[in-house]
Amino acid sequence: MATDIIIHDEKDNVGVVVIDKIKPKQECSCWIMENDKTVKIESINEIELGHKIAMVDLNEGDTILKYGHDIGKVVKSIKKGEHVHVHNVKTKKW
Amino acid sequence: MEIPKSFLGYKRENGRAGTRNHVIILPVDDISNACAEAVANNIKGTIALPHSYGRLQFGADLELHFRTMIGTGSNPNVAAVIVIGIEPKWTKKIVDGIAKTGKPVEGFHIERTGDIGTVMKASKKAQEFVMWASEKQREECPISDLWISVKCGESDTTSGLAANPTVGNLMDKLEPLGVHLCFGETSELTGAEKVCATRGATKEASDKFMKTWSAYNDFILKEATDDLSESQPTAGNIAGGLTTIEEKAFGNFQKIGSCKFIDVLEPAEEPKKGKGLYFMDTSSAAAECVTLQAAAGFNIHLFPTGQGNIVGNPIEPVIKLTANPLTVKGMGEHIDCDVSKILSREMNMSQAGDELIKTTLRVANGRLTCAEALGHKEFVMTKLYRSA
Repeated sequence: MATDIIIHDEKDNVGVVVIDKIKPKQECSCWIMENDKTVKIESINEIELGHKIAMVDLNEGDTILKYGHDIGKVVKSIKKGEHVHVHNVKTKKW
Repeated sequence: MEIPKSFLGYKRENGRAGTRNHVIILPVDDISNACAEAVANNIKGTIALPHSYGRLQFGADLELHFRTMIGTGSNPNVAAVIVIGIEPKWTKKIVDGIAKTGKPVEGFHIERTGDIGTVMKASKKAQEFVMWASEKQREECPISDLWISVKCGESDTTSGLAANPTVGNLMDKLEPLGVHLCFGETSELTGAEKVCATRGATKEASDKFMKTWSAYNDFILKEATDDLSESQPTAGNIAGGLTTIEEKAFGNFQKIGSCKFIDVLEPAEEPKKGKGLYFMDTSSAAAECVTLQAAAGFNIHLFPTGQGNIVGNPIEPVIKLTANPLTVKGMGEHIDCDVSKILSREMNMSQAGDELIKTTLRVANGRLTCAEALGHKEFVMTKLYRSA
């Protein structure tokens, strides 16, 4: 099965869409670069190439992990399979 | 892949080698641009480098101006230089700085002569220089004569996934061969700064990096009126899926592979500690950063992009690579190296690194970059504060 989503690190709670777009309720194949494992996830939204999907349910105040590191905080709760972007995540820096 | 041990470059008087053979007409200040451009128009094969500053600057900002001017003229991609300024003193200072390389350089000032007389005198000298330079031949140079700078732009998540790690793979393969390497973008390491600091080769380098990053971050916090959204990350970054500066920073940081930096450079400062990776304190705006790296003596540039930054530089060839298939499809005329097959897993990182090494050597040997063919020659001075 072709890869729809790439995840940098095993610890990450988001993945990146690497096909043109995924459709709502699509069964997606996710490749974890760090350990070469494959996991599955069902999408909630349509998500375009390069945009992120939540791999787990996330609550307000949770930390988004990508590259195994903190890349910002959740400001609006996110369900597993939902689009993760500026509408629900903000920087902790500026 | 066996990496070639040499490339065909232009050997310079000071022992450095160029990947290009430019004769430049360098204005000292904004008001000398017209004169410099007139000379470049008269004498074919020369190139003027107009810019916006050079008057009434002072302190560290003035020092940076001189360092950028002298460094640009001294870059080994430049065969000879005509310097034109309004006043004799600062013109001479830049001429004397460039002359230390041993390359032909001559200065002209406009006061008491006017544009027309200056253009005539400078054009005669420029013709002499360009005809002399045109006889220079490329010769075999060791690959260690490559000084490679890197900067990414209009990034998206494909940059951090694939294009930036491709540059990192190239660094890991070329660093042992004795090349000089340089990354910058102080502000764009925000969020990854502590991880970046651990990559200093010495405690001194790590401490210097943290001090440099903190000073830049303090400046941003002082001037910021919002969370910088659409400035950093840019609207293009956000359209491409990047959400926060931290995410952009960890993507950016992939460009250095597993290399360690041996020193932290001031903007436009020439590295003095020999081969290896350097960090330079720069802004994250593409043209500003590349201009500073070229002024520090770097002779070939690698520029990974996601959404499609189109920047070039007048003297340092800028090689673009992308992993975003939509960017390859929509604006392929800007892309020198397509690594989009990483996303579909038809290409691994090592294969992508090899492709980039091949492209880099072809460009070092003389193949035009897309940015050169399209006429991109953005020369943008970094200005630290208002003039007096």
